[in-house]
Amino acid sequence: MKNLQLNTEGKLKHFLSIDGLSKEILTEILDTAESFSSMSEKQVKKVPLLRGKTIVNLFFENSTRTRTTFELAATRLSADVLSINIATSATSKGESLLDTIRNLEAMHVDMFIVRHAISGAGHFIAQNTAPHISVINAGDGQHAHPTQAMLDMFTIRQYKHDFSQLKVAIIGDILHSRVARSQIQALNTLGCKEVRVIAPKTLLPSHVESLGVTAFNCIEEGLEDVDVIIMLRLQKERMTSALLPSEREYFKCFGLTEERLKLAKGNAIVMHPGPINRGVEIESSIADGPQSVILKQVSNGIIVRMAIMSLTLQNNGEA
Amino acid sequence: MKKILISNGHIIDPANKIDQIGSVYIADGKTLAVNEQVSGFTADLTIDATDNVVCPGFIDLSARLRDPGQSYKGTILSETTAAASAGITSLCLPPDTSPVIDTQAVTELIADKSEKANYPQVFPIGALTHKLAGAELSSMSALKQAGCIAVSNATAALTSLLVLRRAMEYASSHDLLVMYHPDIPSLSNNGCVHEGAFATRYGLPSIPEASEAIAVAQCLELAELTGCRLHFSQISCKRSAIKIQQAKKYGLKVTADVAIHQLHLTDEDIEPFNSSFHVLPPFRTKKDKQSLRESLANGTIDIICSDHQPHDLDAKLGAFPETEPGISSLETLLPLALRLVEDNAVTLYQGIAALTQNPANTLAIESGALTPGFAADICIFDPNLSWTVNQDTWKSEGRNTPFWGQTLKGRVTHTLQAGKIIYTL
Repeated sequence: MKNLQLNTEGKLKHFLSIDGLSKEILTEILDTAESFSSMSEKQVKKVPLLRGKTIVNLFFENSTRTRTTFELAATRLSADVLSINIATSATSKGESLLDTIRNLEAMHVDMFIVRHAISGAGHFIAQNTAPHISVINAGDGQHAHPTQAMLDMFTIRQYKHDFSQLKVAIIGDILHSRVARSQIQALNTLGCKEVRVIAPKTLLPSHVESLGVTAFNCIEEGLEDVDVIIMLRLQKERMTSALLPSEREYFKCFGLTEERLKLAKGNAIVMHPGPINRGVEIESSIADGPQSVILKQVSNGIIVRMAIMSLTLQNNGEA
Repeated sequence: MKKILISNGHIIDPANKIDQIGSVYIADGKTLAVNEQVSGFTADLTIDATDNVVCPGFIDLSARLRDPGQSYKGTILSETTAAASAGITSLCLPPDTSPVIDTQAVTELIADKSEKANYPQVFPIGALTHKLAGAELSSMSALKQAGCIAVSNATAALTSLLVLRRAMEYASSHDLLVMYHPDIPSLSNNGCVHEGAFATRYGLPSIPEASEAIAVAQCLELAELTGCRLHFSQISCKRSAIKIQQAKKYGLKVTADVAIHQLHLTDEDIEPFNSSFHVLPPFRTKKDKQSLRESLANGTIDIICSDHQPHDLDAKLGAFPETEPGISSLETLLPLALRLVEDNAVTLYQGIAALTQNPANTLAIESGALTPGFAADICIFDPNLSWTVNQDTWKSEGRNTPFWGQTLKGRVTHTLQAGKIIYTL
């Protein structure tokens, strides 16, 4: 099947998932982001790359942080941005997803940035929208969160340079995490030496090894000798749906403590897509400590999203 | 009444152990003779079946007609027309219509509508529980009297095993067949694909095999306990087949069917997020598909059904998990069954038995055979005729099939019901 994300020349037109994208495309995103990196420190933080373009943030699920970084990225590219919080808008009045899209299309927009609670929503919109519109997936159900994964890859590259020698451990709720799925695919595509996932069996999907990872149910074993530690946020609902007994027991078994951090390489970096549950998945002193790059991830989020927005719009016909 | 001669066809009638070139004689709507000269027989109509297969009309154990209640998806008229073109002469309508088939009135309404449509015979399946709510017994005796051929809770959940036990006991008191769709809803947990590598890769809510196999195991125990005639509808995995095979060896009166598409597609074949592959039970693994094919060949699975579920466009337009499950599958039934023969999974004789003799036995009806005296329900098909699934050939209101656009081999040329030609190509 042809990849929905690529145009006829094989260039990125939509950004829906890491799945199916080549190392070259991912590297191009990272390099383009790199070229924007000096901008953030300048007095005037704008380039006219997307002047006259209209970008719509379509958030069917609330997320202040992701939406804000997308807005900021679009503004820095000189695009006009419209943010629609659907959770409190028309679809709750029975308007279908497709009707919402059609209405916005009629307003001549150029890009949709979509967050939705159902896996595959981004694909569905990309398939059913006018061809000149690019769609960027800002998180769909448990499927993918590719811009988050790319900002994580950018951050890893900043600190570690070469993926081919890296051992990376992802810790936490892999089962429900679209972030983890996208990170795993990105790490493997970029040639990472070893990707590990660490969680109790209740938080690991079946056949998790098919994603190209080694699974560990014991954090001490999994952390040994790794270069990068990625923590995932633990949702409170996991306790009520019989996946975990308590936050306390989770922290006891899978929380990142100073003690456990010592098992990783001395120069290992600690990442977290945020927001952090201090004392649930990670000890406060680590989140604020020297090995943490959590705030760096946030600032990288802007330039990586600028790169993705400008590349997809450039590759989509008239842009 | 017309006298019809079907000449020089390859007659396959597993119920009468016939597999040879010959002729079928029909008079007064009934089969008069097969392969024997009937003296003084002058045909009003002769159908030359050279190079074609002549067999009993197919009996489909599960076909949603969406009528009454959802006529925007299909009607008794539209879907029985599609069924006739697929060689089907009898079909069973699951009770999850709207209103549910749990009263005499609804049963009679369906009978009335299908009589007027004048196409394949429609056998309503009565609800096992009141409104399919899974808590109280339906009026099974009244349903039987009104024409329900079996009872089932379709895909609706039962509130407890005790209700299932009571329903099986009560159905058995009225000598009604119970058709059971094995599933433990709390384990399926609103999943939409098989729990495996595909679900994991695409982050889709998934259904483990255990949610079907556990339901099969429980229900087999209750069949043993209650002595009820039991039929499993649309099993999808190896673990279920193993349990049914053991039960049959043990001597339990149980039969099972499989939806035709389960014998061809697996989760690896799903085009990511393409809702025409959204079906329940979900497409399983290659190993399961292989096992289902072997089970059909060795008789563990008795019957192939279409599990026809036509949908309107909107039902399939959305993000995969939000779309409605089901495939419009009457018209691909024969070509996909013939593909099993081509793949050497079953013989043509076995495949036809699974569409005729076996479902007739399960339903205990005088059909599915070219026995003299039986109603002349007959299908004639050209096994080598290729056709493309598209808007020119398709008859069902539902175009929701993963086979859309594909060219398939095998096409019905004539369908006769009670000696009346209800379809010609």
